[in-house]
Order: sequence, then C-alpha cells, then structure tokens
Amino acid sequence: MRIIAENVAAYRGERMIFRHVNFELGPGQALILHGPNGSGKTTLLRVIAGLLGLMAGRLRMLDANDQLLTDEAHDRAFHFVSHLGIVRSQMRVRETLEFHAAILGAPKTVVANALDEWALRPLADHSGGMLSAGQRHRLALARLSLQKRGLWLLDEPLVALDVASKTRLNDVAEKHLEEGGIIIAASHEPFLGDPRTLYLGPRS
Amino acid sequence: MRTFRALLWHDVLMGIRSSGGAALSAAFFALIVILTPLGLGPDTTALKTVAPGLFWIAALLATLLGLERVIQPDAEDGTLDLLRLSPLPLELVALAKIFAHWITSGLIISLLAPILAPMLSLSVSAIPTLALSLLIGTLGLSSIGTAAAALGASVQRGGIVLAILVLPLNIPFLIFGASAVSGAQAGTATSQPLMFLTASSLLALVVGPIAAAAALRLNED
Repeated sequence: MRIIAENVAAYRGERMIFRHVNFELGPGQALILHGPNGSGKTTLLRVIAGLLGLMAGRLRMLDANDQLLTDEAHDRAFHFVSHLGIVRSQMRVRETLEFHAAILGAPKTVVANALDEWALRPLADHSGGMLSAGQRHRLALARLSLQKRGLWLLDEPLVALDVASKTRLNDVAEKHLEEGGIIIAASHEPFLGDPRTLYLGPRS
Repeated sequence: MRTFRALLWHDVLMGIRSSGGAALSAAFFALIVILTPLGLGPDTTALKTVAPGLFWIAALLATLLGLERVIQPDAEDGTLDLLRLSPLPLELVALAKIFAHWITSGLIISLLAPILAPMLSLSVSAIPTLALSLLIGTLGLSSIGTAAAALGASVQRGGIVLAILVLPLNIPFLIFGASAVSGAQAGTATSQPLMFLTASSLLALVVGPIAAAAALRLNED
C-alpha cells in the first residue's frame, strides 16, 4: 500500500496546528515526526487515522493496485497506538488483549502470540493496576501483534520503555518494514535507525 | 457478533470491578429503601402508600449513578477512538453499552427489590409487578442514560449535565412504573401502565443507540 499527503493542514477550533505537510510513503518505508510539544504530531497521526478531519489538502491511502481504499478498507489498513494507552486497572492483561482482538476482528487465538512477542506472558494474569508505566505501554504496543495491518501509526512508541523493550520494539518494527509495511511514528527519541523525518512546528 | 459480545463482557466486568459500579448502584438503591422506614416511622399504612413511588425513585437515581462510567473512561484513554475504527457499527457499540449498564444496575436492582419489599410493607401481591416493572423500565432508563452519556463524554466532569439531561426523559418511566405497582397493590388492573412502560422502554431502546452513535460521531470533529 501507499500513503500520500499533499499540503495537509489541520486546525483545532480557530487555531492552526500545521499546514503544508507533504509526504509519500510506500512499502517498507518509515517516517518519524519530530517537533516540540504541541506542534501537532499527535494531531497529524489522528488526521491520518481519519479520527480528525483535515482542513486543507489531500490525504490518500492506495492499495497495491494504486486504487483508493474504501472507507471500510481504510479502517482496517492501519494500527493506531496512542500514548494514552489502553490499560484499565480493573482488567487483566490477557483480558485486555482478548478485548482488543475482538475490537479488531481478530480471533482469540492471536492473544497467546502477542503475549509471547512482547514478553507479557509472566504478566498475563496481572490486573492493569499492578503494571508499571513501561509495562502498560508494552501492553498497548502488543495490539500491533494481534492482527497484520499494513500501516502502523505510533504515538511516542518509546516512552517509558526499558532497554530490552526498546530493542524488542525496534526488532518488531523493522520486521514489519521488511515485510512491506509502513510506519509513521511521533517520537522525541531516535527510532528505527535512519528513517525519513518530518519536522512539525515553528521554522527557525 | 463476537465483537459485540466481547464489548458487552468487557463493560460488565468493568462495571462489577469498578468502585463506582454495580455495587455502588445496588447499595444506593438498598440504602434509600432501608432508610425510609427509619425516617418516616413504623406506620405501615403510610409506608405501604409511598412504597411503589419510592422504589421507583430509588431505581431511577441508582441507575443514574453508573452513567459516568459508560462512555467517559473510553473517551479518556483512547478506547473510544479504537471503537470508532472497529468494524462494529457505533449503534451496536452503544447497544452493547446499554445492556452492560443495565446488567450492572437495572437487573441487579430488579432482583434486589423483592427482597427489600417488606422494608416498606409492600403487599406481597405487588412484588411480582414491582420486579417486572423494574426489569422492563430500567432497560429504557439505561438506554436514555447511555445516549446522554455519549453526549456528555466531551464535557469534563459531565455528571451534573448528565443528570439534568436525563431526568426529564425518565419521568414517564417513573409515572408508569409506580402506577403499575400501586395498581397491583390496590388490586386494580396493572396491564395498562405496564404496557405503556414496555412501549416507552422499547422506544428508548430503538432511539437510544441511534442517538448515542450520532453523539459519538459528533464528539471529535
């Protein structure tokens, strides 16, 4: 699949967040969004996800045959992992993943695989309230392993992760790219070796 | 369908395990009923007269309690975004939330009410009608409440807004529900208010999910 942004602009209320955003990504490519807090990195990810409308420009997602994705295919084309997390203190780790597998429309059997891939197996029966910040974030990232989707939208994917988890995320993300996936991530930290970057925020 | 079941199960578990959930709403209902005879004195005829209305007022307020946790937590932690992107239509998302709220409030209250009936000297003959009317009516209350919760999700601390939005719409349920129970106690026909109650609940159950889904779509843009 490919994703093409042309002159995209977004507003929250009256305030302009960013404009003139252009990029084009194809299979195996990653884009890292940089910029100070409040420069619109999360907003851009939400615009791409279709959760926010764009005020100007064009944003297209194309399938392998360069056809525009239908609305239904659009929603199934990507994963969106937000820094807000998805962890409820009342729900166990396994229950959380089972719930999210169901929301994604994936079979229950994928949960075991996701638990292993993100080293969450020992925590499977812990409730969300007992997890540390890094463990919570790892659980949010484990959503990525519940279903194969072409585009990953990651909001601050490295935040609160320990060294081992960062390596794990990098490995999983690089494997995704090798298999022809696309990643767009907002990150203050270096991520994915040497990717393309897009700077949002005031020009110096 | 599996998504619907999973969402229903998730929300029921959340309701049971949350501190402000099922237990609070059941305890609140029971407390109103238990405290009333202490406040009014042991005059059984007086208690008997107020019992139908009081049970229904208690039910109405107790179902209001859990409404803040129907949509608000999802809106706060981003789960709502993921639900909007899921293949399940938002109308069915709302319906699952209505049932989950009902199971953790209305259903429990309906089961609790017959046990508490002697506290207010309600006639034994009126107990089946009390349970039935609560069972039917609270489903409508959950429906209206969920639609209002969806509207209020964008407002921080929307609890009071919620109550103001919901209460006027809940009044028909209170009137029909209480008059059905009074009728049963007086030995007159109960079918008419019960039919009106059922009709109101069915209407709410149809309109509620559609209104809630529309409110959820409005939420962001």
